Amino acid sequence: MNNLILGRYFPGDSIIHRLDPRAKLVAAIYFIFILFIANNWQTYLLVWIFTIVVMRSSNVKFTTYLRGVRPLIWLILFTVFLQVLFTAGGILYVDWGPIRISSFGLINGVYIFCRFVMIIFISTVVTLTTKPIDLTDGINSLLRPLRKLKVPVDDFSLMLSISLRFIPTLLDETQKVMDAQRARGTEFGEGSLFKQMKTLVPIFLPLFASSLNRAEEMANTMEVRGYQSSKQRSTFRLLRWHLRDTICLAIMLIVTIGLVVLRTSGVGH
Amino acid sequence: MQVTFKGVSADYKLGPIRSPLVLQSVDLNVTSGAFTAVVGHTGSGKSSLLKAMNGLLLPTGGVVTIGETEIKAGKNKKALKDVRRKVGMVFQFPESQLFAETVEQDICFGPLNFGVSLEEAKERAKDVISQVGLDNSILTKSPFSLSGGQKRRVAIAGILAMQPNVLVLDEPGAGLDPKGKKEILSLIWRWHQTRGLTTILVTHDMDDVALYADDVIVMEKGRIVLHGKMREVFTDVEKLESFHLEVPEARRFQLKLERESGITLPRVCLTVEELADALIEVGLA
Amino acid sequence: MPPIIEVNNLYFSYNQRIDEETLTNVSFTVERGEWLAVVGHNGSGKSTLAQILVGLLSPQKGQIKIAGQVLNEESKWEIRQTMGIVFQNPDNQFIGTTVQDDVAFGLENLNMSYMDMETRIDEALRMVEMSSFRFSDPSRLSGGQKQRVAIAGILALTPSVMILDEALVMLDPPSRRKLLNILHLLKEKEGLTIISITHDMNEAASADRVLMMESGQVVRTGSPKSVFGDVLELEPPFAEALRRTLLKKGRNVPQRYMTESEMEKWLCK
Repeated sequence: MNNLILGRYFPGDSIIHRLDPRAKLVAAIYFIFILFIANNWQTYLLVWIFTIVVMRSSNVKFTTYLRGVRPLIWLILFTVFLQVLFTAGGILYVDWGPIRISSFGLINGVYIFCRFVMIIFISTVVTLTTKPIDLTDGINSLLRPLRKLKVPVDDFSLMLSISLRFIPTLLDETQKVMDAQRARGTEFGEGSLFKQMKTLVPIFLPLFASSLNRAEEMANTMEVRGYQSSKQRSTFRLLRWHLRDTICLAIMLIVTIGLVVLRTSGVGH
Repeated sequence: MQVTFKGVSADYKLGPIRSPLVLQSVDLNVTSGAFTAVVGHTGSGKSSLLKAMNGLLLPTGGVVTIGETEIKAGKNKKALKDVRRKVGMVFQFPESQLFAETVEQDICFGPLNFGVSLEEAKERAKDVISQVGLDNSILTKSPFSLSGGQKRRVAIAGILAMQPNVLVLDEPGAGLDPKGKKEILSLIWRWHQTRGLTTILVTHDMDDVALYADDVIVMEKGRIVLHGKMREVFTDVEKLESFHLEVPEARRFQLKLERESGITLPRVCLTVEELADALIEVGLA
Repeated sequence: MPPIIEVNNLYFSYNQRIDEETLTNVSFTVERGEWLAVVGHNGSGKSTLAQILVGLLSPQKGQIKIAGQVLNEESKWEIRQTMGIVFQNPDNQFIGTTVQDDVAFGLENLNMSYMDMETRIDEALRMVEMSSFRFSDPSRLSGGQKQRVAIAGILALTPSVMILDEALVMLDPPSRRKLLNILHLLKEKEGLTIISITHDMNEAASADRVLMMESGQVVRTGSPKSVFGDVLELEPPFAEALRRTLLKKGRNVPQRYMTESEMEKWLCK
């Protein structure tokens, strides 16, 4: 669990931490799209500089970001491997039976590697610098216009925030049930795979039953406190847009222009 | 079976974070067959003390001895399995651990885990179900179809069926109405009396302590600050106040009355009966 | 002044459930500003009654009027703005990710403006003495603190009636006492009407009136004195238990129910 960096929040006070979650979400998703404009070493250099500056500005150690890449490293290397093998063109370096490795292949391999890693880094910046509840608020706010199309945005974001609120509670409950079953002689994590799966039943069933009960009680509470799915409701948690958020989006625009310029005027690719 | 703690300290490890010590150098000696109540404020370490008794909380220092088996820091697998059979632990709201298809299956779960044959486990289930005041017909029902009170009894039956030498309970009456609570506690008392079972009970209800306990352990901030005979503990007014200890209703009323009237009753009264008799003796009633 | 709650000839039964908690011909009134305790064994219909009063269940027959308004499917949403209920389980009522978010929930449902919400939340948290916890998340709160937040959530709506459905049962004695004190104070200061469903006889003895239920029917209403004095099956509060014991031993105790202070006075005469 320690290596699951993507999704963890690291408290801090950097400029990135203080950005509005909506700005971060929009910028990150936008970045993933404009990455595809890059096609030569100049454009890749630009996006790398951007990525590194953003990571440094978050005041989180570089090694933490690297840990976020680790779980996906095999997937990345595999994709790179495929690119290298199946892209032909340029100088042929290896011609050994079915295996042909050419300069284009190698370069594309490097580019793909860069893209993967940068996407992971930028996504990680968002989750590391934004509290889960703020992310939820950001998503809710961005999806608000969909309300006009009768999409149940409020229900959805309430679902997200309630799930977040219950994560520590559920972890506690799981611990309690595990202790109770241990006291009755169950040993977890031992024996054959089949045996281990059997020991999960005395944990999941009680948790499931209590969750069902909990859902019913919560629904009752919500109803009595006036929650109605279709009705307009206000939000106490306010997101305030600042100048720095506009600047953030402006920077994305500048990077886009830079990329387009470097791509069209670029030497070789 | 005796329960002994020698210099036991323990903490909770949550990933890279170590919590502060929940048990600090605890020394304890519970005589075999005694009925001991453990009291203390929320956060005083009562639950941790219980968990240390069956190895759910391993000591970082010191030794826990249950009968002949020892638990220390480090790997203890065989000792742990042994201890968990000997120490039957009933957690708070034990009904939340029920999971099997039928009540019978759930009760047999514990014994089967400890190597008891299926036939014998079923025999024990039949025996224990009547002891908790439920009818045999309940054995074939799903535990999820039962009422809260019935579920609790089934959960307790599941522990009793393990035939433990020590019974440890964390607020067995929590959340029940007065009648239900009385029934559960009488059940525990009966089990204790008929089998001479060493019983350890965490509770907030001082009237229950007065009714059933031989000894009282008072905990505060992970330490045992008092361990004595029940009557003695409730007699010492100074100690009671310094630990902000609650007392049985009768005792509370007695202390209030003695303060207001200036008259001292001939002895410490822990139940309504005792109080009535004492009041009659001094001629107040 | 007319009673704030009027219940007339209520009939209710679950048609699918196995455990029959049915109500038969239940009628009673609750006066404005009164503290009514509802007592009875498990299965007597107490909780069903509470759920019907807040519109979570619909009776098959009978009528309920809250502040003169008839309770039905259409009016229940409006009526819920003047009534609140606190259930047994502190965790299953806590919806927000922090204390202030949870108190805000009911206000958000009314589409209240941010400024109004802020004022109401501040006031409500002050009334339950939880102001210093406003940013705390629920996993760090005790059961008693969570119930206080639930009460604050109701107070923020400035209700006329508060129902407590065994709301103190899962709390330890010190927390219970603290909450009862807060509730009694609120009743005095805000003129709140409180209906408290309880097993705790000492709590019921502190009420203005007691309503006793058995097998889905109202068997007795009256002051604590009369109900506890006459009805011998009910577990009596301490002083009454002492009086009965002395009576049994042939002493010359008064023939009527006595409160603790009355018992003290009588003993010290």
